[in-house]
Amino acid sequence: MPNKKLSIRIDGELISALEGQTILQAAKVNGKYIPTLCDLEGLTPVGACRLCIVEVSGIDRLIPACTTPIQDGMSVTTTSARLTHNRRISLELLFVERNHVCAACVSNGHCELQSLASAMGISTVRFAYNYPKLGVDLSHPRFLLDHNRCILCTRCVRVCADLEGAHVWEMTSRGIHARIMSDLNQRWGDSRSCTNCGKCVQACPTGALAEKGCAVEEMVKRTDNISSLIQRREVQA
Amino acid sequence: MKKVKVATVWLDGCSGCHMSLLDMDAAIISLAQKIDLVYGPLVDTQEFPEDVDVTLVEGAVSSQDDVTKLQKIRQRTHLLISLGDCAVTGNVPAMRNSIPVNKLLQRIYVEGAQEGKVVPTDGVPALLKQARPLREFVKVDLCLPGCPPPAKTIAAVISDLVDGKKREAALAVKFG
Repeated sequence: MPNKKLSIRIDGELISALEGQTILQAAKVNGKYIPTLCDLEGLTPVGACRLCIVEVSGIDRLIPACTTPIQDGMSVTTTSARLTHNRRISLELLFVERNHVCAACVSNGHCELQSLASAMGISTVRFAYNYPKLGVDLSHPRFLLDHNRCILCTRCVRVCADLEGAHVWEMTSRGIHARIMSDLNQRWGDSRSCTNCGKCVQACPTGALAEKGCAVEEMVKRTDNISSLIQRREVQA
Repeated sequence: MKKVKVATVWLDGCSGCHMSLLDMDAAIISLAQKIDLVYGPLVDTQEFPEDVDVTLVEGAVSSQDDVTKLQKIRQRTHLLISLGDCAVTGNVPAMRNSIPVNKLLQRIYVEGAQEGKVVPTDGVPALLKQARPLREFVKVDLCLPGCPPPAKTIAAVISDLVDGKKREAALAVKFG
């Protein structure tokens, strides 16, 4: 049975969307822009980055658009002073949490974190930088993992599980100590489940996962390949 | 018309921001007619003057000497600008921040040296534990990120200030 059509309002405009769609999906289909960072089309949404927060009438707290299914009659606001304020804080906290040295990064100029900051006009942050001591895993023959540049969006975890089915990546520890880990916290190069497919590298929005041998600005990710692969699989299924 | 007093300062940075400042081509000629460059690596003044209108500071704050300089500059400047990523975020100089200073100096000047294996102490200011952005020490009025910030952006900001405007919102900003 085809999905029921629901009527919702986004920024006052009446649109119809399918039952089961998230606010973000409904917005995208109708050409409404909501900023995202951890979202990647086709992967299971997790609401990790809080950039896609929106206001929903009747609910006081801000809601992540990527994980919230639409309901009939829902009224969504995607832009407001309150949303801009909170999105900015989320983004600034990502910058201070780790060591994002754009000038020395392989993804400089092609980084989703960096370009989102530019789009939001962020010229400085209001918090003190954390400057944590973090490692780099160079044990894989083709790829590297630099925790300094990781924003814990878990795209790598999800693309490895959802698309490749290898389940190499997981999260370990909590809060400020949270890290991406391969297998049972082994070095990536020692992972026996990794198929060396590189999907995690392409899905990563920053330079945290990159191909070895890239100089500054040379790592260009192809997230569109990931999304089109997922689409084709869905058609087959 | 009274010329606007502009100073530039070079803390812990590579001087790339100053290069970018000079890279504004012909714009520098018309700008030079409206400003008075009163202090900086490009001029010969020894003491930071009083009552400066605009100061552009390049580099992170890395030593106690930097802190003292910066505090004096803040007192004597109406509008303080963080010029470039090192001044705004710490950037490359801050990559040393998770390494203890003595270990760092030992590694570079003793273990890493071919000859003259000694950590320099004479005539160089002692390093702070960490290199940090200006904003964490003094009030900063405007931030121009970039490594370096594009010459056009620097030119636009100074021209605006000369014309009595402070216009951050309209600037295209980018870290790195």
